Amino acid sequence: MNFDFNDDQQSIKATARELLTKRFKADHLRELAEAGEYDDAFWKEICELGWAGIFIDEEHGGQGLGQVELVILMEELGFALAPSPYFSNAAAGLVIQHAGSDEQKAKWLPGIASGEARGTVGIVDGDRAPLVPDADTASVIVLIDGDKATVIEGPAGEPVATIDMTRRFSTVPAAGGEGLEGDVGAGVDRAAAALAAELVGVAQRTMEMAVEYAGDRKQFDTPVGAYQGVSHRCAQMLLEVEGARSAAYFAAWAADAEPETLPLAASMAKAYASDAGWRVTASALQVHGGIGFTWEHDLHFFLKRAKTDGHLLGTAREHRDRVAGLSGLGSS
Amino acid sequence: MDLTLSSSEEAFRDELRSWLEANNPGPEPPGDDDGFDFRVEWQKKVFEAGWAGVSWPKEYGGRGATLVEQAIFTEEIVRAEAPQLANVLALAMGGPTVIAHGDEEQKERYLPPILSAEEIWCQGFSEPESGSDLASLKTRAVKSNGGWTVTGQKVWTTFAHKAKWCMLVARTDQDVPKHKGLTYFLMDMEQEQVQVRPLVQITGEAEFNELFIEEAYIPDENVVGGVGNGWMVAITTLMHERATLAFGLQASVQILMRRLKELVEERGLADDPVVRQRVGQLQIEAQILKLNAYRGLTAIMKTGVPGPEGSLGKWHWSEVNQSLTEAAMEILGPDAPLKESDWSYPFLRARANSIEGGTTEILKNIVAERVLGLPRMK
Repeated sequence: MNFDFNDDQQSIKATARELLTKRFKADHLRELAEAGEYDDAFWKEICELGWAGIFIDEEHGGQGLGQVELVILMEELGFALAPSPYFSNAAAGLVIQHAGSDEQKAKWLPGIASGEARGTVGIVDGDRAPLVPDADTASVIVLIDGDKATVIEGPAGEPVATIDMTRRFSTVPAAGGEGLEGDVGAGVDRAAAALAAELVGVAQRTMEMAVEYAGDRKQFDTPVGAYQGVSHRCAQMLLEVEGARSAAYFAAWAADAEPETLPLAASMAKAYASDAGWRVTASALQVHGGIGFTWEHDLHFFLKRAKTDGHLLGTAREHRDRVAGLSGLGSS
Repeated sequence: MDLTLSSSEEAFRDELRSWLEANNPGPEPPGDDDGFDFRVEWQKKVFEAGWAGVSWPKEYGGRGATLVEQAIFTEEIVRAEAPQLANVLALAMGGPTVIAHGDEEQKERYLPPILSAEEIWCQGFSEPESGSDLASLKTRAVKSNGGWTVTGQKVWTTFAHKAKWCMLVARTDQDVPKHKGLTYFLMDMEQEQVQVRPLVQITGEAEFNELFIEEAYIPDENVVGGVGNGWMVAITTLMHERATLAFGLQASVQILMRRLKELVEERGLADDPVVRQRVGQLQIEAQILKLNAYRGLTAIMKTGVPGPEGSLGKWHWSEVNQSLTEAAMEILGPDAPLKESDWSYPFLRARANSIEGGTTEILKNIVAERVLGLPRMK
């Protein structure tokens, strides 16, 4: 029994933190967010490091590692709020790896693993997929409709502006494409669980910002963090961040070691992390007071990413309902 | 990351599980005295089979097992819905304190009768004027021929009327800062100078007592961890016990979750979207309690101290337990307040969860100051 990362995984985490801290200094992050752009050099760099295909089988050009390693990177990318197509590409890789035929995997996974022919995933609602990350630049678009998935060629759809300035989105019409006949849910659950890990990183970062601010900012000659109205709010953030972290890590472990528990574990992680991501970032804004509501402070970039992540691949409400059903309640 | 049990841990669990299946005496009889005697008999049985004090050293009657096995034991006994062991405070706190801070004579004298339930223990920490600010306690111990004379009042002393020994923290030095003038004693409860009065709580039961101490005598050899070290002795033990206690708390929530879902089905509300949201959320929180307990155990095994999630368990558990019993009451509708309802007692009892063993407000202070490093509260 060891509910922690092994040495190799610790070293992936440390390397990722170090690189991301160097690459995404506050000014650079703001510049990218305000322009709605990604850092192409960074994308190239992490593809060379093998991040894009970290969980993809070696025969298709990946590193052959698992969901735990993917989750480590996702948490760190969230902590840095790195504007990049990393998540959308990984989500496509996960679905194709689990639902694609051998032929389909051979066709699409190598481009996804190298980052040269990126993928993305959208959830269909009626005749369109409303919130598809990076469909404006992806080569392979996987559209999920219930337990069915089809793949269309990208780029496709119309870009839409969202509150999240650090990730690009499009609306993609759902029509035609090549079907994936395997277990679509196995890929979608892994993508949702990876997103939960990103939310953990985003929430952790804003909690740290809030704690630092509460220690520095003085009112009535006292650091505001010495008042229980503020300090108890920060303690509550820790409760929710650590809860989301436990749920996200457990889902990652389940994906690799106990896949029969993945559907429940993934929905638990995504439901809890979606709520926690929003509440912690919003609470961090409250701790910052007026400055937290200004454009010039970086906090809003994190808050908007957290809120938007909460609506990708199923909301907390949808995942909670699924948890109720999977834990034995009712007919569904 | 590996959340599976090792083969020896699995063997331990399976052996324990089949023993519990064969020996679980079922629900305890009603009535405080009959219930307590039943738990004493149960503990004797557990002790004779070698399951009491799982992680205690073998030379004092324990099993010498690992922390993981201790956690498995705590989880399994709740999972089997077996009765609580009678000497719960000595097993969870008193014994570990003696193991960590006691001398050899004390270990030999006190540990074996704890395990066999021959000597029951109670805890004399809180006082009417010293709850959250425990270190301000006023019970005084004054040096007198070969020992100490103690006078004061204690409150919330569970099992005081059954206890042979009281873990007593008293002030032995008035002239030093409040945390430094305390000493941890083992006080014999079988003396006239100690009077016990039951304290009836909102459930109508008297689970707790008040203790009136009027010049009681404690010999020198009953000081644990040295004169003036009482605060350290009391606190370090509390900290280390939280990790394994968290397993029992989360396991009890899993059982209540099962009952809540049965109730929802019985009442035909399993497809009600509002109920599903509430049950889904509770199921997630119950799972997080369990996962945090595992993470906390890993942190202790690796570093010797609980990680950040370790300080959250009792606080989070109290919220989940309260909200779970509230959900059950809501589902019961007009049947909820009936005294005969299965849920009215756990519902009322849950109100104490956010107070006993450290209020939620104090736990938040601890998290803010010691885990997050925020400035000390004003």
